[in-house]
Amino acid sequence: MENIFAGLVLFPFLIALALVFVKTNTGRRITVYSGCGIIMAAVALFAGNTIFTGTTRTAFPSTHAIDMVMLCAEFAIMILVVVLSTKHKKHYCSLLSIAQTLLIAYIELTKPLHEPVAHVVSDRLSAVMCLIVGIIGCLICIYAVGYMRRYHEHHKEYADRRTFFFPMLFVFIGAMFGLVLSSNLIWIYFFWEITSVSSFLLIGYTKTKEAIKNSFRALWMNLLGGLAFAIGIGICVFKLDVYTLGDLVASTGDMAVLAVCLLGIAGLTKSAQLPFSRWLLGAMVAPTPTSALLHSATMVKAGVYLLIRLSPAMTGNYAGMIVSLIGGITFFVASMLAITHSDGKKILAYSTVSNLGLITACAGVGIEEGAWAGILLMIFHAVSKSMLFQGVGAIENTTGSRDIEDMHGLICKLPKLAVIMMIGIIGMFIAPFGMLVSKWAALKAYIDADNVILVCLLCFGSSTTLFYWAKWLGKVLTHVAGVKPMTDLTTNGQWVSMWIHAALGILLCALFPVISLLAIEPMLHEMFGSVNAHILTVEDMIIMVLMLFIIMVIPFISKILVKRFPYKPSLEYMSGINMGDNRKFDDAMHEDKKVFLAGWYMEDMFGERKLWIPSVAVSTAVIVIILIMAVGGAI
Amino acid sequence: MITQIICALLYVIIAPFLGGLLAGIDRKITARMQGRIGPSIFQPFYDVAKLLNKQIMKINNMQYPFALCFLIFVVITGALFFGGADILLVFFTLTTAALFFILEAATTNSPFSVMGSEREIIQMLAYEPMMLLVAVGFYMANGTFSVAEIINAEYSSILRMPGLFIGFLYILTIKLRKSPFDLSTSHHAHQEVVKGITTELSGRMFAFVEIAHWYENVFLLGVIGLFIINASWWSIPLALVVIALCYFMEILIDNCSARVKWNLMFRSAWLVTLIFGVANIIILQYVLK
Repeated sequence: MENIFAGLVLFPFLIALALVFVKTNTGRRITVYSGCGIIMAAVALFAGNTIFTGTTRTAFPSTHAIDMVMLCAEFAIMILVVVLSTKHKKHYCSLLSIAQTLLIAYIELTKPLHEPVAHVVSDRLSAVMCLIVGIIGCLICIYAVGYMRRYHEHHKEYADRRTFFFPMLFVFIGAMFGLVLSSNLIWIYFFWEITSVSSFLLIGYTKTKEAIKNSFRALWMNLLGGLAFAIGIGICVFKLDVYTLGDLVASTGDMAVLAVCLLGIAGLTKSAQLPFSRWLLGAMVAPTPTSALLHSATMVKAGVYLLIRLSPAMTGNYAGMIVSLIGGITFFVASMLAITHSDGKKILAYSTVSNLGLITACAGVGIEEGAWAGILLMIFHAVSKSMLFQGVGAIENTTGSRDIEDMHGLICKLPKLAVIMMIGIIGMFIAPFGMLVSKWAALKAYIDADNVILVCLLCFGSSTTLFYWAKWLGKVLTHVAGVKPMTDLTTNGQWVSMWIHAALGILLCALFPVISLLAIEPMLHEMFGSVNAHILTVEDMIIMVLMLFIIMVIPFISKILVKRFPYKPSLEYMSGINMGDNRKFDDAMHEDKKVFLAGWYMEDMFGERKLWIPSVAVSTAVIVIILIMAVGGAI
Repeated sequence: MITQIICALLYVIIAPFLGGLLAGIDRKITARMQGRIGPSIFQPFYDVAKLLNKQIMKINNMQYPFALCFLIFVVITGALFFGGADILLVFFTLTTAALFFILEAATTNSPFSVMGSEREIIQMLAYEPMMLLVAVGFYMANGTFSVAEIINAEYSSILRMPGLFIGFLYILTIKLRKSPFDLSTSHHAHQEVVKGITTELSGRMFAFVEIAHWYENVFLLGVIGLFIINASWWSIPLALVVIALCYFMEILIDNCSARVKWNLMFRSAWLVTLIFGVANIIILQYVLK
C-alpha cells in the first residue's frame, strides 16, 4: 500500500514538474496524454481491485520524517500565501493562513503520536473517490490541452501561462489522491490546504482585476474552512486523544460532536455551501478546464467526501443539524438563482452548488440511505457536470458565446456538441437517469430520517431544478429554419474526452444497480456497520433500466419515422404573417421583422438581488447559532 | 404480481376509451352549462379518427418522435400506477413524459408553440412540489410508497391527508389544463395563446397527443381514487363518486373563470402547497405518527 499511495500521489507531481519545462504544443500533448493514460490505468487497477476484493489496506504506521517534510511544505505554502496576499494588500488572507499553520505546527510538535497509527487507509469509498478523481480529472486534463490552445488563439490579451496552468492541474489531482487516501487528520489537512491554494492560483490564471478579486475570495473562504479544520484537529488531539478520521467517527460525547461540527464547517466551505457559495461562482472567470475540475472531479468533491466520511458521526446531533440544514437551504436557494441567469457557466455553477447541497444534506441526516444517495449523487454529478462544462467550453471556443440564449438552435449549428449538451442535461434531472434516481433515494432518506424540513426543501427545489434544465434543453434542441452548420473548432482530444464522458454517463445509469450492489452497499456496511436491505427495490431498478432502454432507442425510432414519413416542410403558424421562410414576419409597417424568441428568467421573483442577502443571513445564522449550542454542550 | 400486470394491461387497453368518453362528457356538460346542446359524447373519438387519417405537416423531423415519446411515457406512467408500483416513480415518469411534450413544442421555433412550451414549464414549476408532497404524504400515512399496498390500507388515506387532497385538487386544474390555469394551451384557438403548445401539431401527431391526454386524465383521476380506496369493497364505488364530483367541479370552475396570469397561478399554487401540503405533512409527522 505504501507504494500505491506514493505512486498515486507523487506521479502526478512528477508530471507537473515535467510540464513546467515542456514549452511546445506537441510536447505538452504527449506528456499530458501519456501521464493521464498511466494515471487512469493505475487508478482503474487499484480501485477495481479494492472494490471487488473488498480489501481495506493500511499503511505508514509511523512517519515522523514524512510529517516533518509536510510541516515544512505547509510553512512554504503559508509563505507563498503571505507573499501574494501582501502584494495584493489582502492581509486577512495572511492572518488566516498564519493562524492555522502555527496551530497545526503547535499540534504536530507538542503532541507527537504515542503509538503507531495507520496514516493511510484505503477502503471502497476511497477507491470510488480515486476513480472519480483519476478518470474524470484526467479526462479534463486531456480536454484542456486542446482547449487551452484555442483559448490563447482567441484571447490574445491574456499572457500565455500554460507552463504554469498544466502543472497546477496535476498538482491538484495528486493532492486529491492524497486527501481521499489519508486517514490521519493532519495528513488530510495538509492535502486540503494544497487544494485550497492551487484552486486559488488556478482561478487567478488570467490575472485580470476580476480574476484576482475572485481568486482571493476563494482563498479566504477556503482558508476560513482550513482554520475550522485546524481547530477541529486541535480538539481531536488535545481533548479526545484521536488522530485519525476513523477514530473520530467512532468516538462519542459532546466534545466529539464539536470537533465534527468544525470539520463539517470546513467541508461546507470547500463544497461551496451557503454562505460560502460565492467563491465557486466567482471561479468561473478561469478557463473552462479549471471550472470543470473544480466543479466535478476535485475541489468541491473533497468537501462532500469529508462530510460523507463523517456521516455516521452526524446522526441526530448538532453537527448533523448544521450540515443537513445548510445543505437543504443551499439546494433550494441555488436552484432558484440558477433560473435567473442566462450565462451557461453561471447556470452550471449554481447547479453545482445546488446539487452539492443535496449531497451535503444526504450526509447530514446520518443514516445509511442518505449516504447511499449521497455517494451515487457524487458519482453521477461528477460525470454529467464535467461533460457539461466541457461542452459549454467547446461551444464558447467555436461561437464566442456561452450565453444560453445564443445556444438557440444549437442542434442546427453544432449538432455534435448539441448532442453532448443534451446527454449532459437529461442526465441531470430526468428519470431514469442517475441524478434523478439518487434524488429519489435522497427523498426517501430524508423521510426516514424524520426530517420534514429537508423533505419540503427537496420537493420545492426539484421543481426549480426542473425549470432551468428544461428551459436550456429546449433552447439547445430548437430547430431554426435556414441555419447552416458552423465549422466546429473542437480538437480531437476534446472530442475523446467528451464522448468518453457521454458513454460513461449512460453506462453508469444502465449499470447502477450493479454498482450499488457491488460497491456502495458493502461500502455502507463498512461505514455504518449494518445496512437495511435495498434502498430502492430490485423491481424499481429494473423498471428504471427498461425506461433507459426505451429512451436509448428513440434516435433509431426517429430515423425510421423520418424515413417512413419524409420531411414535408410546412410553415409555422404566425397568425398568417409568416414571410415564408419561418424566420421573418410582416410587421405593422409591412416590413420584414426577424422572429426572436427568448427564454424566461423571472429576475424579479428569483433574482439574486432579492434572494442573496436573506439566504446568506439565514445560513450564517444557522451555522453560528448551532455552533454556539455545540460549543456550549462541549464545555 | 399477476393481478398487477393484468391491471396495468387493462389500463393500457381501456384508458383511451374511458378518457375519450370523459372528454366527450366534459364537452357535453360544458355545452349545457353554456346553454348549448353540444356535440355527441362520442365526438372526441370521431375527431381523433379523422386526425389519424390526415396528412402530417411537420415543421422539423424532431417533432414526431417527441410526440410519440410523450404518448409512450404517459402510458408507462399510468401502467405503473395501475400496476401498483412506487408512487414516486410514477410521478417522476410523468415528469419525463411532460418534458417530451415540452421539447416537441420547443423544437419548432414557432412563436405560439414555444410560448406554450415555456408556459408549460412554468406550470410544472407550479405543480411539481405539491405532487411530490402528495407522494410523501401517502408514504407517511400508510408507511409505503407502493400503490398496491396503499389501496389495501385499513383506512382511506384521505382521513390523514385532507390538506394534501385539497392541494392536489388545486394543481389538478393545472394538470387537466382547465381554466383559470389553461396557460400553455387552450381549447379555443381564437385566444391570445392560439393553441399554445399544440399549435404546430397536425394529423397523426396531434392524434397521439390527444390520446396521451386521455391516458393522462384517467391516470390523474386514478390518483384521486387512491386517496379514497382502502381494503373494504365499498370504498371503490365511493371513490368513483368522489372522482365524478371532483371532475364535475373542475368543469364548473373551467366554465366560470377566466385565464389568470402566470405569476398568479405560480404564487397561488406554491401558497396552497405551503398552507395545505406542508402543513399536512407536518401534522402527519408530529401529531398523527
